[in-house]
Formats: sequence, C-alpha cells, structure tokens
Amino acid sequence: MGSEMINRRSTLKSLALGAVSFLAIAAGGAFSAQAENKELKIGFVGVTSGPAAAWGTSNVRSMQTRADWLNEMGGVKIGEDTYNVTIVTFDDQKDPKRAIAGMEKMAQEGIHYVVGPNVDDGAAAVRPVAESKGIIYFPYAFPKALYAPPASNAVLGMVANYQSGPAIYKYLKENKGVKKVAFIAANESDPLSQRDSGVAAAKELGLEVVAEKDTYQNDTRDFTPVLTPIVQLKPDLLVLSGVAPANAPLLIRAARELGYEGLISAETAQDATVLQEGAGELANGFISVGGASTPEIRTPVMEEFIDRYTKKFGEYNDESNTKVYALEYIIETLKANPKAIDDVEEFKKTVDTFSAPNPYAKDSTLKYVGTTSFGQKRQLSVPMVVTEFKDGQFQTLFVGEVD
Amino acid sequence: MEQVIANGLYLGAQYALIALGLTLIFALMNVLNFAHGQMYVLGGFVTYAIYGQLKLPFVVALLCSGVTLAIIGALMEKLLFRTVIRRSKREESTMLLAAATAFFLDAVMLLLFGEKQRGVPKIISGVFVSERVILPYDRILVGVIAILMIAAFMLFMQYSKPGRAMRALAQDRVAAQLMGVKVERYSMIGFALGAMLAGVVGGLLVSITGVNSGIGGPISIKAFLMVMIGGAGVVGGAIAGGFILGMMESVGLTVLREYGDITYLVIFALLMIFLSIRPHGLMGKPWG
Repeated sequence: MGSEMINRRSTLKSLALGAVSFLAIAAGGAFSAQAENKELKIGFVGVTSGPAAAWGTSNVRSMQTRADWLNEMGGVKIGEDTYNVTIVTFDDQKDPKRAIAGMEKMAQEGIHYVVGPNVDDGAAAVRPVAESKGIIYFPYAFPKALYAPPASNAVLGMVANYQSGPAIYKYLKENKGVKKVAFIAANESDPLSQRDSGVAAAKELGLEVVAEKDTYQNDTRDFTPVLTPIVQLKPDLLVLSGVAPANAPLLIRAARELGYEGLISAETAQDATVLQEGAGELANGFISVGGASTPEIRTPVMEEFIDRYTKKFGEYNDESNTKVYALEYIIETLKANPKAIDDVEEFKKTVDTFSAPNPYAKDSTLKYVGTTSFGQKRQLSVPMVVTEFKDGQFQTLFVGEVD
Repeated sequence: MEQVIANGLYLGAQYALIALGLTLIFALMNVLNFAHGQMYVLGGFVTYAIYGQLKLPFVVALLCSGVTLAIIGALMEKLLFRTVIRRSKREESTMLLAAATAFFLDAVMLLLFGEKQRGVPKIISGVFVSERVILPYDRILVGVIAILMIAAFMLFMQYSKPGRAMRALAQDRVAAQLMGVKVERYSMIGFALGAMLAGVVGGLLVSITGVNSGIGGPISIKAFLMVMIGGAGVVGGAIAGGFILGMMESVGLTVLREYGDITYLVIFALLMIFLSIRPHGLMGKPWG
C-alpha cells in the first residue's frame, strides 16, 4: 500500500514536472517568436469616458482590432524590421488639460504617432506639445488653423463638415427641392463652429436660413422644448450641426413627433443601431455622412474588420468605418518611408507623394489630401459617403471625395 | 404658448420624480448622493436589457429596475455610507464616498453596457394633435405615471409606518432614536427607497429619452438644481423645484432662442440671486 502511494506520488510529481516543463518550453518558444519582432507603439489621446465616450471608444477599438489582426499575421514589416503594433491609450475625458498630459505621456513613452484628440479644444491644446516633442497627431477636430501652415504636425482624420456640408446642401437643393434651412447645434465649440460654417455654406448656395442661433446643452435628454419653435418655422431641411450619435435619434424623434415633415441631415457620422433603437422608423430619410463605408463600397477586408471588431467587443460601431483609417495610414506611410519611424520630418516629406491601395473601400487609394482647404496635405483621404437611413440601414446617396 | 406650457409640465413631472430620491436620501442621512444620476442610468439600462433586449413586458422591466436599485441602494448604505458616517467626523467624507461611487458606477456601466446610446421601443404609439398642442401619447402616459408616483410616494411618507419613521429621522435623528425608531434600519430603507426611485425613473424615461453610460453626471447636476430651488431635504421642495425648472427651461428655450443658448445662463443667474436671498431654497430644511 505504502509503496503504491509513493509510486503514485512519484508519478504525479513527474507528470506535474513534465507539464510545467512543457509549459515553460512552450512559453519560451512563444516568447522567442514574439521577441523576434520589435514593438511599434502608436498612441491614442481622446475621450473614452463621459457623454462623448462613443467618439474615442470607436477610435480605440478600431485601433486595437486592427493591431491585433496585424500582430496575428506576424506583425508589420517596415524597412528591414518587423514590428508588433501596440496601442497605448489615454482618456483625456474631453478636457484639454488632460489632453496635454496625455500627449506628454506619449512623448515620454517615445511615441511619435498619436491618434486623437476628438474635439477642437483638445486638439488645439496639444499642438505645442506635439510640435516640440516631435509627434504627428491625427485629430478628429475641424479648426483649419491646426492643419494650415505654419502648423504641420496635425493630420485631420476625417472629412470636415465644411467639406461635406456644401456637397450635401447642393445635392438636397438640386434633388429634393430644399429652399429653407434651419440649423441647430449643441452649445459646444465643435458643433457651434460646424453650424457657423454650415450656415455660411447654405447662404452661399442661395438657401434661406430660417434658424441659425438655436442651441441646446449637450446633456439634454428631452429636445421637445428646443425644437418646438424651430418646427413652427417649417424649414425644408433641419441640419443637426455636429450632432453626437447619442443625441441624433432624440432630436429626430422629437422633431417628427412635433409634426415636422421636412428633411433632417447631419455632417457627422452616425450609428445605425443607435438611430434604429432611439428613433425607429421616425429616423427613415435621415441624411448623414455615413462613416466612410456602406455595403456597396466595402471590400472583403472591411467586412473582416467589422467581423473581428464585433467578435472582440460584442457590437460594431459604424463610426469605426472612418476611425479604422488612421492606424492604416500611419503604418502604410511608415512602410513607404521607414526612416519616419522615429523622425516625423521624414513623415512630413512622405505625405506629399504617398499613395497606397485602400484595403477598406473598392476603387479607392490611401493618400493625403487637404491642399484646397489647408494649403498643404494634412488630411487623410477617406471616402465621403453621404447616406440616407432606411429601416435600420444606411443606404448610399452619393460618394464624394475631398480635393 | 399652450405647447410651451405642456412641454414645461411634462418636463417638470419627470424632473420632480428624479429629484425625489435625491432629496429623500439627503433628508434622512445628510448625504449628498452624487451617484443619484448614475443610479438613474443603471435603472435605465436594466429596463433596456429586460424590455428592449429580452422583450419582456415593460412593467416587469420597470419592477426589475426598481428592485435592482433598491438592493444596490440598501447595500451601499449598509456597507459604505453607514461605515463612513460612523467612523468619520467630517461631513465631506460622505460626499467624497458618493462621488467615488458615482465614478465607480460610471466605469462599471461603460464596461457592461458600452458607450452607445440605447433605446427601447415606444411603450405606446401615436401623437395627440390639437390646434394648439402636440404631445405624443407615450409622453402623456409617462407624465401621468410620474404624477401618480409622486402622489403615491407622498402618501407613503405621510401615512405608512416606515414613512412616519423616516420623517421622524429627517426631523431629528437623535430624538427619533430616543423615541425607539430603529435608525439604522430606516436609514437603509430610506436609501434603498431613494435609489429605487432613481432606478424607476431611469427605467420609465428610457422609453422616451433612451439612456447612455455618460449621462449620470449631468442628471445629478440637474437633480441638485431642483433640490436647491425647492430646499434640500424637503419632498415638497423637490417637487416644486422640478416643476419650476421644467417650466423655466420650456419658456426660456422658446422666448430666449433668438439670443442663443442663454436659457441656462439665465436660470443659473436667477438661482444665484434666489439663493442669496433664500439660502435654504423655497421650503427650507428638513421636512418642516
């Protein structure tokens, strides 16, 4: 009995030792495989908490999904070296002071490429840090001063409203007979500046602007009082300037329930699920810049990205149709000029001539644009897909391009 | 103008309901519950999950919101606030605890429910249209339910044994204890009731305004505003504060719209003047 026990114990010990050794070897092997690749850190400084969390979260999740995918395929080859991509994130809570702290953190970590911030004041606040520490950053904010000379370190990550707005109004004037327009915006810097440029564009097209001063608090939950006087003006088009995805369905629903029968549009990307849940069929006909991707123009790579994102985070966010591009541009530009990996001046030289196939949209190329708006190429070229919402889906109205 | 008044009354009813729970907790425990908005949001998410996702009846979802928040409120009182009140002599300790709870709940909800705005199908379709007023039926229903709930709450506080005990606690904690009121028990019931009210309102309004994980803070601020107007710790004050704020918003947004977004600027300016004249709000503190 005793020897049996000893034998069993010895056997168990041997098995345990064997298992540990195997795991150690396997881990070592895995580690050495990982260790072959260098690390490429890409930063994110933006808002991932609070009422505007959706903006930054879709950035971070897009970057993480794509980084995991690239690493899974063995990393990215830049020059002679292969890199695993690591995303370093910082939640600035939509506070410019925190955005500065976030950019300082990125500099301390030796990061030269940062996606974000998501709002105007944050993007303006980090400019001195980015320029002094040699960081190229990709804001989702529209002030032209960030991208026009003498500024040179910021690259706009999406289509600006002053680029998409005129195209939308022109289309609606010519195709839907729009004559009277009303604007409403949240009382914050981004939506207000978007409203002002929208008003200017509408007036330039000869449209009658019947409301241009109406605003609301961004945390408003019931928009009926705000919209009551506007609906009474009976505009043909109600523009929700710079509207956050969380507020769009509430505004649409309130306007429709008040009896508004005209068109409603926005120049910011929206989310189909959010619109469907919040406004249902009342959101049918809502026109927006639909996140740079609709089923008609998607490539299989985009389909796989959406699939991977959904598996990783449980639910896709249509804003990521635009947000997926920043990381791709950074990596492809570094591939085009490996010296730029730690020298942003090399990056700046490359943007003027850079071109690569667009993996996410059919018949499209990755290139830097913005010369018309900013006097230099400081904007990512992403498809400007103007969509109409219908029964839970975005349908393409027309596809445009900046520059 | 009729439309503006209808908007104001509807807003007032929902605001009053939001403020009730906050003022109850303050009256009973002298705790400024900064997490009140987050409790509202959590109630909204529970209703979203049960009614919107699991497709169970709205009433069941609303009950679940209330029960969930009542349990969370009771646990918060028993495990957190009671301990801090017992150990700390500084009143701001409970404020810091409440703020920490708010941040914690924000983070948990962001993880559990994501960053997106969530909504549920309308509980009742159609719009009431007359020459002067347009009001969707679901708003009318929610407004009526809110008023009924306020009435039920007041009757409960006035005539039930726990209600009387809680009123006694609010008036004088030591005297109530000397008279045999079980302070700890009724503090817990009060906190649970306040949290439950927040949860039920969140669940009720998710059918109109939806919910997202970032709105807890702004909801709390608005609730504080109403309580400041009406008088902290006074149920009638919270109700009055809710209706006053709702009406001021509705009228301001119509009358002042030509001047941009100055409605809240005017409301805050008026509040500052008002509080400098009546620092305890309309009805003072506590139950009076």
